[in-house]
Amino acid sequence: MARKVFVEVTAKFDTEGKIIPLSLLWEDGTIYEINRVLDVRRAASLKAGGIGIRYTIRIDNKQSYLYFEEPKWFVEAKE
Amino acid sequence: MERVILHSDLNNFYASVECLYNPALREKPVAVAGNPEARHGIVLAKNYAAKACGVATGNPLWMARQKCPDIIFVPPHYELYMKYSKIAKEIYSEYTDQVEPYGLDECWLDVTGSAHLFGDGKTIADKLRERIKFELGVTASVGVSYNKIFAKLGSDMKKPDATTVITSDHFREIVWPLPVSDLLYVGRATHKKLRKYGIQTIGSLAQTEQDFLHSILGQNGVMLWMFANGLDTSPVSNIGAKSLIKSIGNSTTTPRDLITDEDIRITLMVLCESVSARMREYGFVCNTVQIGVRDNELCSYERQGKLSYPNRTAKALLQKSFELYKRHHTSGKPVRSLSVRACNLSLNEYEQLSLLPEISSIQRQEALESAIDNIRNRFGHFSIQTGLQLSDRQLSSLNPKDDHIIHPESFFKN
Repeated sequence: MARKVFVEVTAKFDTEGKIIPLSLLWEDGTIYEINRVLDVRRAASLKAGGIGIRYTIRIDNKQSYLYFEEPKWFVEAKE
Repeated sequence: MERVILHSDLNNFYASVECLYNPALREKPVAVAGNPEARHGIVLAKNYAAKACGVATGNPLWMARQKCPDIIFVPPHYELYMKYSKIAKEIYSEYTDQVEPYGLDECWLDVTGSAHLFGDGKTIADKLRERIKFELGVTASVGVSYNKIFAKLGSDMKKPDATTVITSDHFREIVWPLPVSDLLYVGRATHKKLRKYGIQTIGSLAQTEQDFLHSILGQNGVMLWMFANGLDTSPVSNIGAKSLIKSIGNSTTTPRDLITDEDIRITLMVLCESVSARMREYGFVCNTVQIGVRDNELCSYERQGKLSYPNRTAKALLQKSFELYKRHHTSGKPVRSLSVRACNLSLNEYEQLSLLPEISSIQRQEALESAIDNIRNRFGHFSIQTGLQLSDRQLSSLNPKDDHIIHPESFFKN
């Protein structure tokens, strides 16, 4: 199981209506730049408990999931 | 050409959604429960762990706890269920435009025309289950058949997360041994009647003479015979098709028993205001008002009466429904729940100017009430209330119009 942590996200809204997250603000105050978005799809997070648009993102060569559960964003954090 | 119909049923829908959102609950027996303080204290849905202890939908909470002492009750989150239901429909509509919802958690799909794009019925069914599991985090059971009745039966046969196929070649082996009560529209009363004549299984219903069924059940008997023989031809309606509204009603179980006429009037008033506002929203007037009363011994009945002039004012609805109540509630027993329904609707497109004093007084009342609607839309439901409602705030604290309204639809809407 994982903790559901809501995070502040800075995102780009393009003219097509696509939303691309650029960075996120972690609980400890660190801002992490999102280097790349590898995949976008609707998915459920069984670990944290929620559904939304799941962005597979890369931050410093580490891959993780960022969920847009309208109107909030969350990540699955280790306990 | 034989049709390909799917029926998709989200397993233990409310409970599954709650368990997804609260991972700590997943392995434990969980029931989604109405609010006992408002006396809605029954089990609305349960997960498999609770089902294993014998907890059933509709059980009062004390009974559920008796059957399963460790059970965890969680309150319902209707907005969440609506959101799920909407996303599920979006997924279905990627495969066909013929998607017909049956409640929040069930849908029929006619994929006859899209089979050449996505594969046969079973392939689409499996794909749907996979996507629902991945995208919504809940499981679904899907029945695949050539008519709606058998598709629905199929979705009930294997749970959770399974596909059941019932073809026209082998439906007799699969469907006929099932108890007749599994068939859609065999309710308690019909079941009792059929049992009296020794009809226990769907097969024996199918092999009974049509005329005989007509003599005991009327037209419904013939329909059930068709169902049992796989001859149902009712179409799956289009997703964009607005269903024809035949009546508008609201009901409530009150926070305490209603004893005095005043109690009844307050509750009827709240319900009538909601029904009236909804009629204005959809542009209807009604000819008939129906009330439903359930007393504290859970004995219930419905009565209806005609209005002298078709209209939709809360005032007229209240007058009629209170009159019906006074005339028919002769037992004098305290009342536990009430409903008001406007039937015999007609569109209010053209209104004739009238010199009759009755009609012009209805029109004045109508103007007053739509002004109240406006105020409520702008400033909230409780920004304006009648004096009657202020006399008991507990009873009048209900807002049936904006609180969750789930419209159960009839199978026979065409």
